[in-house]
Amino acid sequence: MADGNVVMARGMPAAVAPPQKGTLHRIARRRSTLAFLMTLPLLAVIGGLVAYPFFYALYLSMLNKRMTRFVGIDNFTFLLSRETFQAVIWQSVLFAVSAVIAKALIGFILAHVLHALPAKGQRKWRGMLLVPWVIPPAVSTLAWWWMFDPSYSAINWVLTTVGVPPVAWLGEPSWARFSVILVNVWYGAPFFMIMYLAALKSVPDQLYEAAAIDGATGWQKLRYVTVPMMKNIIAITVLFSLIVTFANFDIVRILTNGGPQDKTHIFGTYAFQVGIQSGDIPLGSAVSLFMFPILAVFAIFVLRDVTRRNKEMTG
Amino acid sequence: MAGNGMTRRGMLRAGVAGVAASALPLVNVHGQSSGGRLALGFWDHWVGAPANDVMRAIVNEWGQKNRVEVTLDFITSAGNKTLLTIAAEAQARQGHDILSFPTWQVHDHQDLLEPVDDVMGRLIQKYGAVNQASEYLAKIGGRWLAIPETAGSQFKGPAARIDLLKQHAGIDVQAMYPAENRLGPGADQWNWETFLQAAQKCSAAGYPFALPAGTTSDATDWIGAMFRSFGADLVDAKGNITIRNNDKVRQAMEYSKRLFEFIPSEMFAADDATNNRAMISGKSALIFNPPSAWAVAKRDAPDVARNMWHFPSPSGPAGRPVPFLPFFYGIWKFGRNKSAAKALLEHLSQTEQVQRLVEASSGYDIPPFNSVFDDIDTWRKVEPPLGTVYNYPVRAHHNAVPNVAYAPAPPEIAVQMYTQGIQAKMIARMVQGKEPIDRVLAWAETEVEGFKRG
Repeated sequence: MADGNVVMARGMPAAVAPPQKGTLHRIARRRSTLAFLMTLPLLAVIGGLVAYPFFYALYLSMLNKRMTRFVGIDNFTFLLSRETFQAVIWQSVLFAVSAVIAKALIGFILAHVLHALPAKGQRKWRGMLLVPWVIPPAVSTLAWWWMFDPSYSAINWVLTTVGVPPVAWLGEPSWARFSVILVNVWYGAPFFMIMYLAALKSVPDQLYEAAAIDGATGWQKLRYVTVPMMKNIIAITVLFSLIVTFANFDIVRILTNGGPQDKTHIFGTYAFQVGIQSGDIPLGSAVSLFMFPILAVFAIFVLRDVTRRNKEMTG
Repeated sequence: MAGNGMTRRGMLRAGVAGVAASALPLVNVHGQSSGGRLALGFWDHWVGAPANDVMRAIVNEWGQKNRVEVTLDFITSAGNKTLLTIAAEAQARQGHDILSFPTWQVHDHQDLLEPVDDVMGRLIQKYGAVNQASEYLAKIGGRWLAIPETAGSQFKGPAARIDLLKQHAGIDVQAMYPAENRLGPGADQWNWETFLQAAQKCSAAGYPFALPAGTTSDATDWIGAMFRSFGADLVDAKGNITIRNNDKVRQAMEYSKRLFEFIPSEMFAADDATNNRAMISGKSALIFNPPSAWAVAKRDAPDVARNMWHFPSPSGPAGRPVPFLPFFYGIWKFGRNKSAAKALLEHLSQTEQVQRLVEASSGYDIPPFNSVFDDIDTWRKVEPPLGTVYNYPVRAHHNAVPNVAYAPAPPEIAVQMYTQGIQAKMIARMVQGKEPIDRVLAWAETEVEGFKRG
């Protein structure tokens, strides 16, 4: 049996021979089957918590208000014809784009400042700067809400003491837009900071040394070494943040509830108002699904660039 | 796990038991279950334990007497949890047997609610007619689909400072609406013009009226009553849009323009707590609110509380509507024990139980039957000052009517106007956005046209 072959003794009945392995057994022993089984929990989670809600929302968005009749894309065309919803699209884009740009810039600057700090004190500052991101936004937004209060808040108290008239932060449309974006930036900038800091730390020092030997200035090092090396992480972070910011709900809901005059409504808050509060769940679903194509197109472009850059780097 | 003597399996069991225990409803009332089981989801009263405990006690007593095993959850309206629970149970077709339905939810879920004509028939026979606002919201197609609830139902007439109105506007609200069934001097002159003059004088004195004009219910309710008092319906009972070429709407808008000259601009972003804070902090002379602001002031600012008086809204050319926000008990069609559910709700609607609920809420809760108002002495006893909430419920001598904003529009349209605060937005566009009135009316008409889709 040294060679592994089974030699059957002469005269031994066939029934005693080891059984032939079945197809099922062979499939079960395949590595791909094992891999499939091991990813099954993940597939179940994605199916149950991502795919099913998405397709269910899609289904709901194609029903009439009473959810008794299929109406195709009527809810979507109806929404596009409404002045209020057109404003919601514009405001969502304004909110998300301006907040993400501000967060990216602040995060970039903070990451560089932190990176330049001596290693000893860096951890302390890093921890402190992460605090806004760690506090649940529902809680921190309530604190901001108090600070924006026109009559009793610290901000207006300070303004009044220096002779500036108090500002209706959440009562004037332009100030209200500024306020909700500000709180979103305050909450989200630490995320950018920590991602960029990690990216900065992964840039090899030799590149800077080589640049210094070539006589590069600080600005040139940033432009020709740091930024190119961080491009992928910048793209991924911006994409991720844009998705999260577009889908924001709590900050606007707590601070302004979409007002005044609907000037701060974004997709999430408007979907809630239409779907849950007004009892029109199909229309609410349609509102929330409007985010999908916008973000999908953006994601395709960003991820394509990331893949291209990766290929260039490895090739 | 050798160290602590607990096996992994034991730990898992304990964990599962812990999760199950934490998921248990807040209250479990167990009785002999020969009468079956009932799962209730009632509004978590803002008064908290005092009101919830009384509700629990009433349900408990009934459950034990009728051998029904009752599970009672108190669901907070904070964060729209009530609405989310209703929406989730309606989608899943399972959950509680009975839920508390806020103002518009009966209409939204009419196909899933068990008719309760039998119960309402007996209650009406015993206590007389239900107010029209409740009928508008819960009687659909000639059938009662929910029972008006005492707990949580509220009026939102003016809650004003006696001293400030007397000193700065020359109005003695205590004399106008004394704590007895009669009108005092000046009550006949309590109209929106008088109101505007008082707003102007109090604003000049540094105590502006805190009248919200956002999209939350406090704003929607008082503005709705004001529009209604001018007869300014945006949509009539048949569903016709009546915004442009409607002199009454224009009249209400022009009045609003004059009034909002004396209202702080931050009120356009006010929520339901802003007006309460303004009153409790002593910075406002008048708000539209149930006695919740007074109750908090009684605890936190006693000097303010002892100077507060509740009374009906001003009148307009079309009458004296008072903002009203009722709750309803609804029984799901998919409920498992409908007969027990109906029996419990009938029990909860009897005067004895209603009295206990009103007492526990210090007079905040409003029963649906006006005939029982005089039988309940809570509103007479509450102080300080004695009788402050006597005129909080709309009484016969007030010549006022409970008003749900945007009624008499068909509720499926009205609810959308209500939640989107169309009237408040019209005012905001005109006053804050400085848009011409014709443009505002055209915008409103387009918006409301959208709400008519089926």
